[in-house]
Amino acid sequence: MIDPIIKQLQKNSKLSTSELADLLARDEKEIAEQIATFEKEGAILGYQAVVDPEKAGDSGVTALIEVKLTPERGGGFDRLASRISKFDSVTSCYLMSGGYDLAVVVTGGNLRDVASFVTEKLSTIEGVISTATHFQLKIYKQSGFFAQTESEPTRLAVAP
Amino acid sequence: MNLDNFIAEHLRQIPRSGIRDFFELVQGRDDVISLGVGEPDYSTPWHIREAAIYSLEKGETSYTSNFGLMSLRREISDYVEDKFEVRYSPDDEILVTVGVSEALDLAFRALLNPGDEVIFHQPCYVSYHPGIVMARGVGLAIETKAEDKFALMASDVEKHITDKTKILVINFPTNPTGAVEPVEELEKIAALAIKHDLIVISDEIYSELTYGEDEGMKAAEHVSIASLPGMKERTILLHGFSKAFAMTGFRLGYACAPPILTEAMMKIHQYAMLCAPITSQAAAVEALQNGAGPVEEMRQSYATRRNLMRKRFEQIGVPCFSPGGAFYMFPDVREFGLSSSEFAFKFLEEENVAAVPGSAFGEAGEGFVRCCYATAKDKLEIAMERMGNFVERLR
Repeated sequence: MIDPIIKQLQKNSKLSTSELADLLARDEKEIAEQIATFEKEGAILGYQAVVDPEKAGDSGVTALIEVKLTPERGGGFDRLASRISKFDSVTSCYLMSGGYDLAVVVTGGNLRDVASFVTEKLSTIEGVISTATHFQLKIYKQSGFFAQTESEPTRLAVAP
Repeated sequence: MNLDNFIAEHLRQIPRSGIRDFFELVQGRDDVISLGVGEPDYSTPWHIREAAIYSLEKGETSYTSNFGLMSLRREISDYVEDKFEVRYSPDDEILVTVGVSEALDLAFRALLNPGDEVIFHQPCYVSYHPGIVMARGVGLAIETKAEDKFALMASDVEKHITDKTKILVINFPTNPTGAVEPVEELEKIAALAIKHDLIVISDEIYSELTYGEDEGMKAAEHVSIASLPGMKERTILLHGFSKAFAMTGFRLGYACAPPILTEAMMKIHQYAMLCAPITSQAAAVEALQNGAGPVEEMRQSYATRRNLMRKRFEQIGVPCFSPGGAFYMFPDVREFGLSSSEFAFKFLEEENVAAVPGSAFGEAGEGFVRCCYATAKDKLEIAMERMGNFVERLR
């Protein structure tokens, strides 16, 4: 079972240790120590805001690139995946089942940035067989949050 | 023409609901933070709403069997067996109703002759006593107490049993207190029901919403009185979709009872209601088939908010036992020398926060207020900060 502290932070990473202590009926110091352990051991990789780029004034582009690779004896896809992940423009990188091997999410200032990353960096790596680049057009939902929020339905203020 | 004279006498005995006065006062105000709701703060999980939409798309807009869709009764039968460890046949032991409210009304009307006595524990849900009176019964309230964490003591039940007693109504976890019943008391109560040949109506609408010791991140075991030896034959188990599945507006509940009792309730249901809405029934099938995950997510979220509210009451020094179920806390405000109604009205007036006076849930609720924590965490924090300021001024 996923740890309740992590579960709370996954929903809202802004929660302070004292708020977590209140919500989980635990000791604040113990919570702080537990979080430090999670961070050290890599159970928590980091914290970031979930952003709607349009409203945040980010005019950059995001693409999902399907990458086919030649696996290597011993390491499979790991060495190549790690190499690809290290580029700053790669925000996510997953090994996939199905028709291709890696799903690589790339961001760039504009279309040309992404194009040059694909043609000059990604495709030229030995072991990369092919790539298919899909540009993201619009965000509806991101990391569990809706880009367009609907008005809250109203409830009776007092009910039995 | 005096229209008052046309109103049935037994109905005239029933006073206007205390909640309605308070509701009207709250309605007239802006930006009230409400701890006064009696329902989840979630919309129904999308997969359930989507199933309702799909059912409409398919054109499922007809009546159903008076008992409810067979597919739903089968799901209910499996669900109840899984949760409560008691098996009811989908053929003749399950009746799908318009909320537990209807089921409760059916049970009273099906069983009571004029003058029959019904005992129930108080503070309790607002409709129990009026429901008994509307069925021409006589209601006797047993007061549950803060020092017992509002559990029902078998010894108190015994004191209220007379030769006219026909029904015992229990509701655990309890609205408005959040109380859960210790199994050993439940067993003693079952023994009393058998000894005195009573029918038990058990309203278990909050049974999924229980919180284990301290942090409550795990659910506590809920034991239904129907599952105790010799009890299925004398129990009407009431349950529904409103609370755990956040489906209050779908108005869907059910009664599980031996065939003769189910048939008797069915007689009234078929003439008064015909059947529960088919769209709600279709949604309920989906809820039972695939709803366990969302229910547990919501339960854990209520648990964290209960912890938060409990901590704040502790910090401001207002005594309140730690409730093991539902989504209510029932703090004791007797130290301030105000009636619970005065406390709630003043709190609303001065701090713009609505909490329901305990007296709305019967005389036994006097001196307490019901605070619902099914409210967004940020609002809960503000409400509790205001509660702190308010009681500080009263002291």
